[in-house]
Amino acid sequence: MADAPTASAAEADVSWRSAASRSGRAVVGARKPSRSTRAWRVWSSAAIVTAVVLAVLIVPPLADLDEQAVHLADKLLPPSLEHPFGTDDVGRDLLLRCVYGLRVSLLVGVVAAVVATVIGTAVGALAAASGGWVDRLVMRLVDVFSSVPHLLLGIFIVAMFRPGVWPVVISVALTHWLSTARIVRAEVLSLRSRPYVDAAISGGASRWRVTVRHLLPGVLPQAGLAAVLMVPHAIWHESALSFLGLGLPTHQASLGTLVQGARSSLLAGDWWPTLFPGLFIIVPTLAIAGLAGAWRDRINPRRRSELML
Amino acid sequence: MLELRSLTAGYDRRAPVVRDVNLTVAPGESVGLLGPSGCGKSTLARVAALLHRPDRGQVVIDGEPAHGWRHRAPRSQRTAFGVVFQQPRLAADPRLTLTQLIAEPLRATGRAAEVTDRVRELARTVGLGEDLLGRRPHEVSDGQLQRACLARALVLRPRWLICDEMTAMLDASTTAALVTAVENYRADSGAGLLAVGHDKVLLERWCDRTVHWDELTRA
Repeated sequence: MADAPTASAAEADVSWRSAASRSGRAVVGARKPSRSTRAWRVWSSAAIVTAVVLAVLIVPPLADLDEQAVHLADKLLPPSLEHPFGTDDVGRDLLLRCVYGLRVSLLVGVVAAVVATVIGTAVGALAAASGGWVDRLVMRLVDVFSSVPHLLLGIFIVAMFRPGVWPVVISVALTHWLSTARIVRAEVLSLRSRPYVDAAISGGASRWRVTVRHLLPGVLPQAGLAAVLMVPHAIWHESALSFLGLGLPTHQASLGTLVQGARSSLLAGDWWPTLFPGLFIIVPTLAIAGLAGAWRDRINPRRRSELML
Repeated sequence: MLELRSLTAGYDRRAPVVRDVNLTVAPGESVGLLGPSGCGKSTLARVAALLHRPDRGQVVIDGEPAHGWRHRAPRSQRTAFGVVFQQPRLAADPRLTLTQLIAEPLRATGRAAEVTDRVRELARTVGLGEDLLGRRPHEVSDGQLQRACLARALVLRPRWLICDEMTAMLDASTTAALVTAVENYRADSGAGLLAVGHDKVLLERWCDRTVHWDELTRA
């Protein structure tokens, strides 16, 4: 009995996957999502991402509203026309706080993903372009880093600073460049053995020139894709850190602190302070991942398949 | 003088592809190296062009032994060789236009000022139309791309040309055009040539002397 709702929740959670893989019987040649399904996914993802970005960019400067304003008389009001998402336990408007929270989370996600990708690309390219003992040393360091669970490492890093946005960015960026470094290294290694690199060397190109002119442009699509796929992951990471009370200070709205603050009212049966920030974590990150999946299908059509999260 | 002295090279030290090979190319001389597919002649060409480090043996360029390979070779030694590879598709960076492709060695050696003149001159030498120069590799045919690759090999005026199965993928007329372009350049500059291939008729007509792979390994 207890298992039934869990199973259906899991089912609902992966409903964007094809039927074949949901049943765990995905095989080569299994039915793929049709063209129109894929287009619908891409367009709905694009619409959500656009709406989110616009909301985050436009609402805070234009609407002269104070998301911190406390109205104790209005505390824990259910969703209504005046407060579409309801209010929290000190009477702050939840819609406004969700938008501000998403703003912080998106900022953290995008900046951390970009920084992580830059670090990962630099390290991966350095390792592969140098080869020899540099490559071995760097990749063993990457192995050592990835042997530590990265949430743990992230907690260790944020714990060294005062709570705030930038420690979270640093923490997420410093723990997420490893996979990009591996991808970039593998890609550069394969490009490095192409005859056009031989031709460049014979033409007098320095190591640096070969890397910058011939190797890096070849890995940019992969690295860019890794960066976009990293954004949702970084948002989740930020939410997790904030939820644990290690990320942003609790008064500052971020999706993690909102969910964290809502726990007490959830026990009292007030569902809206948890549901809406939760949706704000899930829906935009799925949309970003959907767009990234479409991009990956474009650059590598043979792997047209599932979203990878 | 380009001397390859008792070279042993390959991709696995226990099973070298090239065993104890000696070969000399005099300045201005053209040597054809004949051999069946997979015998190691391309590897030998890569070693001679300082693109692959041999396990044993020496490459001596004009009396000066090479000490480094690939990036470790001094730039002046590396650029003394113009190399043309068998497959133009793989030997051309897909992101560069033909002009950029031909000019790349000039830019890499800090001679960007000469690009416009040299590219136009070389395009004429190898028979590439001006309209093709702005295209990328996927927009031209194999023959046209190989002409661009030959132009790239000639752009720094190398003293040695190494053609590794340069014409294997091309039709007869393109082959003739490319061989003529190489011979014209050699007549002008007095460069030596090592042409690797399996086409006996072509190499015997093209080169001053031809060597068979078996003779090299036995000698």
